[in-house]
Formats: sequence, C-alpha cells, structure tokens
Amino acid sequence: MSHLLEIQDLKVTFGGLDALSGLNFHVDEGEIVSVIGPNGAGKTTFFNTISGLVEPAEGDILFEGESVLGLDPHQVTDLGIARTFQNVRLFPNMTILENVMVSQHCRTSQLVFGALFQTKAFKQEEREIRKRAEEVLGFFGSRLIGYRMEQPAFALSYANRRRLEIARAMATQPRLLLLDEPVAGMNPMETAELTGLIGQLRTEWGFTIVMIEHDMKVVRDVSDRVVVLDHGVPIAQGSYDEVSTNPDVIEAYLGRPVEAGA
Amino acid sequence: MTAVTAPRAVTPALLDQDWRSVGKWGGLCGLAIVLVSLIGMPVGLDSRTLVEGRLSLGYLALVWLPVVFGYVVSKRVVLEGVETPDPGLRDVVAGLCCGIVAGLGPALLILGLDNWNLRKPLVNWSPKLLELLTYDRGIGYGVAAWIITCAVLAALGSMLHVVPASVRRFVSYAVMGALLLSVLESAIVDLSEGFGLESLTDAIYAKRGGLTVTSTIILGVVIGGLSLLTKGRVKSATNRYRQMEGAERQRTSIVLFIVVAAVCVVLPMFLGTIMNELLANVGLFLLLALGLNIVVGLAGILDLGYVAFFAVGGYTTAVLTSSQSPWFHPEWHFGIVLLAVVVMAAITGLVIGAPVIRMRGDYLAIVTLGFGEIIRLLFLSDWLKPYFGGAQGITNVPPVDFGFALVKGTDPRSVFYLVLAFCALAIYVSWRLQASRLGRAWMAIREDEQVAEAMGINTVNTKLMAFVVGAILASFSGAILAAKVGSIFPNSFMILVSIIILVVVIVGGMGNIVGVLVGSVVLIGVLGGPRQPGLLQEFQSFKLLIYGALLVFMMLKRPEGLVPSARRSQELHQEEYLQDAWLKGEDHDQEEAEAQAEAVAHAPAGVEGEGDPS
Repeated sequence: MSHLLEIQDLKVTFGGLDALSGLNFHVDEGEIVSVIGPNGAGKTTFFNTISGLVEPAEGDILFEGESVLGLDPHQVTDLGIARTFQNVRLFPNMTILENVMVSQHCRTSQLVFGALFQTKAFKQEEREIRKRAEEVLGFFGSRLIGYRMEQPAFALSYANRRRLEIARAMATQPRLLLLDEPVAGMNPMETAELTGLIGQLRTEWGFTIVMIEHDMKVVRDVSDRVVVLDHGVPIAQGSYDEVSTNPDVIEAYLGRPVEAGA
Repeated sequence: MTAVTAPRAVTPALLDQDWRSVGKWGGLCGLAIVLVSLIGMPVGLDSRTLVEGRLSLGYLALVWLPVVFGYVVSKRVVLEGVETPDPGLRDVVAGLCCGIVAGLGPALLILGLDNWNLRKPLVNWSPKLLELLTYDRGIGYGVAAWIITCAVLAALGSMLHVVPASVRRFVSYAVMGALLLSVLESAIVDLSEGFGLESLTDAIYAKRGGLTVTSTIILGVVIGGLSLLTKGRVKSATNRYRQMEGAERQRTSIVLFIVVAAVCVVLPMFLGTIMNELLANVGLFLLLALGLNIVVGLAGILDLGYVAFFAVGGYTTAVLTSSQSPWFHPEWHFGIVLLAVVVMAAITGLVIGAPVIRMRGDYLAIVTLGFGEIIRLLFLSDWLKPYFGGAQGITNVPPVDFGFALVKGTDPRSVFYLVLAFCALAIYVSWRLQASRLGRAWMAIREDEQVAEAMGINTVNTKLMAFVVGAILASFSGAILAAKVGSIFPNSFMILVSIIILVVVIVGGMGNIVGVLVGSVVLIGVLGGPRQPGLLQEFQSFKLLIYGALLVFMMLKRPEGLVPSARRSQELHQEEYLQDAWLKGEDHDQEEAEAQAEAVAHAPAGVEGEGDPS
C-alpha cells in the first residue's frame, strides 16, 4: 500500500503479440527507477499503458493504491503522472512559454467567463501560470528563458527541445515523472549535465522518477533500481551493479555465446 | 550582385532559352485564354466599359493573362552565391516567345469557332464570341491580332524584370490603380455622392460608364507617382508598430482602434442603400467567419457543416418573433430571442459536436459536412413542415425595435450597425479567448491532439467548447439575417455557405482576426456571397470559378492567407524563419557554445563536444 506506483501482473497484447507480460514491480515515493532493455522490449509500451494511451489485457496499475486503468490520459495526468515522449513531441508552433503554460491546464480552472470579463480570479490565475512556467523553464538555466520564451518551439535546438519536454511535464505538477529516453541524441556534455538535473528533480522538486534510458552511464549514475525488460518479459530487477552482472541481462543485450554444435 | 562579380556576369545569347519552360507557360496561358473565352466571360462582361471606347471588362478578362504569364516565364530564381545572369533582352525574348505560343490558343479557338458549331457541347458559345475575338474584322485579322497582341503583352510583362525597380513600381501601380478605379466605378460613384463630390466623379468617368482616356492617363500617372513617394513608408510604419513595446504599443493600438471604429460608424452615413446593403452582408459573413475561425483556426477542427448553426439561429429567431410561425409564435422581442438563440445554438453545438468531435481530420470534415446538410433537409422536410413551414419557410419576421432605432431590411444602414455591434463582440471574444487558458488548450489540440491529452487537457470537452462558441457566433449571424430579410427559408442555408465561409477564413488568413476581416471584405464585399452580390456584380455568374481559382492560387503561393497570423506564417515558412533567426544571430546559443568550447578544452580525451545535431 505504501508504494507510489504498483504494477501487478501487467500484460499488454497487440493482436496476437505479447508486448508486455507478467510485469510486476513497484516504485516508492522518492525513488528513481530505470527501465532498460533492448529495442522492442516493451519499454515505451509500458509508459503508454501507465499514461492511459494503451489498454492492458490483464493486470492492474495502482497509483497511490488506486487503479488508473480505464482512465483517459488527461485524468492520469490530473492524478499526478506526467510523461515525456521518446520522439520529442512538443507543440512546435506554440512559443516555449505557451508550451509550458498549456500543460498547467489540469491544475487551473478558468474558462470562457473569466477570459471574457477579465475577472480578478482570471488575471490572478494567468499570473500564477506564467510565474510557474518561468520557474520551471528556469530550472534549465538560461537556455529556455529570456527572449527564447517568445520563440516558437520548432526554433529550438535538439537538446533544448528535450529540455523543454521535461519542463512541460514538470509544469503539470506531477508526483511521478515518466521520462522516455531523456538524453537520447544529446552529446556527452549535455548528457552529463542532464544526468545531474535528473538527480535534482528528485531532491529539489520532490518528483519520483521512472526513466527509460539506453545510456548506461546515466542509468548507473542516477537510478536506485533498474528493471530490465526483454521481449515484454521482466528478466531482472535490482541495483545497477546486480543487474549489470546478471547473465540473463548480458545475454539479452549481447546474445548467447555460440556453443559448440549449435 | 556585387561589383566584383558583375563583370563576370554571363550574358547568354538571346535564343539560348529554356524552351521547355517557355512552351509550358505559353501553352498554359493559351489554354487559360481559351477557357475564359468558352465559359462566356468576354461576352458576358463586354457591356461593362472600363476605359471609354478602348477597353471593356470582357477584354480585360483575357488580356491580363499574357501579361502575367510573360512576367512569370521570365522570372528567375535568384540564389545567394550563385551567379545569375542579369535580367536583359533575353528575358524579353522569352516573354515574346511565350506570348506567341499563348496567342496560338485564341487563334486556334477562332479557327475552331469559325469551322465548327460548338453550340451543343458548349452552352456559353455564342456567335458574339467570334465577333469579339476577331474584333469583327474577319478571321485572318483575328488570328494575327491575337498572336501579336499576346506576344506584345507577354513581352511587356517580362519587361517588368528588365526595367529598374522604381519604373516597375510606377508602371504596375499606375496600371493596377487605374484598373481598380474603373472596375470599382459604381462603388466610387456611390461614395462620392454621399460626400457631395459628384462633380469629381463626373469629371473622371465617362457618361456611359468607364474612365475617359484622359482621366485614365492622369490617374495612372498620379497613382504611380504616389506609389514612388510612399515607397517603403508603409512597410517601415508596420515594422515600427511591430517593434513598439508596452505602453507605446498600447497607445498606438488604441488610436488605431478608435480610427477604425470611427470609420465603421461614420462611413455608412455617407453611403447609399446599395453600399450599405453590401456592408451589412459583409458583416453577416464576417460574423460567421469569426466564429469559424475559432473552430478551424484556433482549435483545428475542420467543420464543413458550419452553416447548420447559421440556420439554427435564423430559425430560432423566426419561430419566436414571427406572427406567421406555423406552430408556436410567442412573438417575443429580439433581445429576449437572442438568449433563446444562444441556448439553441449551444444545444445544437453539443448535439452535433458530441459524436463528431471524437473523430479526426478528414473523417470529421466529412461527418460535419453531412450534419450541415441534415439540418437544412430537416427544415425542408414535410415531417417538420407543421413546425418550420417546409420549403415555404417562415415569413413575416418583424424588424427589430430597439426603441431608439428600428432595424429592418429596407434600411440596410440600421442592419449594418446591428451587425457591426455583433462583429465587435465576436472580435472581442476571439481576442480574449485566444490569450486565455482555453485558447492555449485549443492551440495545443490543433498542434498535437494526443500529446495535448497526455498533458492533462480534456480534449473532448475543450473541443466541444470551441464548437459551441463557434456555434453561438454563427447563430447570431442567423438571427440578424432573419430580421434583415424578414423571412427564412431552408435554401438560404445551402452547403455553399459553409464552403464560402471556409474560403473566407483560409484566403484571409486562418487564426488571425484581421485576416478574417480582410478576407470577408475582399471576398464577400468585392466578389459577393453565395447569393449576395458584391461590388463586382458583373462577375456574379463566374463567382464560384473565381473563388476556386483564388483558393488554388492562395494554397500554392501564399497558404498563410492574405493577412496571416504570425504563428501561421511561421508554421508554413519554418525554414525561412530559422534562417532569419540564424542570420540575426539568435540561434547561436552563445552561452552554450562557450560552455561547450570550454568543456571540450578541459574534457578528457575521447569525449567529443559536438554541436547540436539539429
């Protein structure tokens, strides 16, 4: 019960194919858990299932003890689970500021009336939205603030797009942050910096983080625990050191050593 | 081209042409002339004189084509850093050849018309066409005349590239200005009568219509001269406005707003009935377009059945105010009825929207198209005839009595003021919503619906809200229409209305209030609405063709619309935007670059600091 996120016997099938099966694990408040595995292992499917984009065939996902199955994605976000996308999906023609402002939608409430009559409550809320947006963007140093805030998101460099994605997820004020390959495509410098920031997301912002990542250095540096998936099946769980020496994991990544006569 | 490279500029032989392109554009031009002739434009528009004794609108419909094609064929793409020969005689030769090819089109048409009776397949063929094309001087003369005319005109068009920029500006403004003045004659005469300036228009226009030759030349020179004087001023003024910040910008905006509002209020007082009628129609369609702009431009829901809400507004008003309403006739006052209209529009919006909104893109467009027709057919049906009067509709919708003013169809000025008030309301609503939590959510949905949902936006409800806001604005327009016309029929709500409003929004500039405004003035005001005549009443029967041609042209050449929103033009010209930003040095991430350079210097061997891969 004390787990923030609990996955019970999760099974997802696409047609006849089991994308995920028998997945069991939990994430506690304040943990950083990495999900790794070779391509096609079902990592992103796992995220899509949590955020409500994919319906599982069996099993349950509990967030703070309550099932999130059957909820629409926006309801899941409302509960406090935010995510980023592997193939950066910003709102490219909205400004950077707007990208972060719009993701506070579920934490705010003003509708037509307030906007038309410019009520006090409306103005107050707009101010708060903007303040929080700037706060979140400021987390990444000077890269996303200043004149940049009024630029369209497509004008950003690749690394900044990834940063903005994280900022946008942060702005939904989640408790659990799902990061899908946050450092993919970044150069070693940027990767090192973001690794530090992921740590800060926990210590300073109090997020619990589940992260999909291929960069083992990042995984080693930040995660408390690692879950390894292969063909939709969890093959190992534990600390990075435990997992990295697990023969099954090595096999999944590198293949079985050639045996005589095989 | 700089001075260094100029001497090396290539001057190829006159006949070293891209013959394929010359042939292509010439052929297209010829085809266009034949098409325009065969649909009956020259004959239909011949009675309208533009320049006394020299040019009629019918001929203009033909002769502008070679000029434009000649211009296009000799236009060169200039790339920075690539040597391009300077424009010269060679380009004029290209235009000339293109014109000769083009001239073959009407020439063959003349021969064809002379030898075969094309009356059966082509209903618009008439003996008059042959007379017109040959200037009534025999076949041989006609053929030769067209080939020569086309060649000369196309050469003139291509010459625009050769002459210095200021001459080009002078000539094009002079020609366009003089043509505009003659084409818009009736509007200008009406306007000048309102201001008591008949003597002026009497002087420039001939008695039987059209500019006199002298006034054409004088006006052309004056307009061309003015264009040289104002060169660059407009652009720098708009740039200055764009760069203003804070209080200064606010002040300028307020002044601009007051000027525009004053013109809108004062101008109709000086206009005659016809012009006011026209303005009222523009207003009605502007109101519709503003509503659709919220649905399509902001929320990205391609609604092709928007006319449904227009109809609901009209019928609600008719039922509740008319004494002739067949079933229920409380004869309420317009003010109260408006509340009912809002409620009915919202309900219809929800009922139609709820099933439709879950679909995406093309599917949604098709389904809304269907719903638009269903609503009209319901009002037309025998089943609902006892309630809505079927094809006979509901008549006797009373004028709107505000106590201090009576709004009735026979006094289009009053209708215009009512429409103006509602348009102002619609503009305010669009403007405020755009910059609110809801507006941002709409934009996010337009950009990427799935991500918007994942970022916590209830996409179904949010889209429904756009649908309902749009529906309410359209229903206001319907309500005013009912009061203006005094009756309401199912046939006022043809599918064509939906399409024309969409064209207005697209051509004007999607997502931009000013764009929608310009779009409705240009399309509805100048060309006319589905049933309403515009300034160019002569084009009434060719209106849809022009709408279609305009839409195709805009999609190809300026997809962001006449007055695009900054966002939309960014979206469609991302590359240029990025290039500009790069040239201005904005995209150089200074700190990042420095930090990286430093890091690379200190980094252990093997770590490479690469630039962003974007």
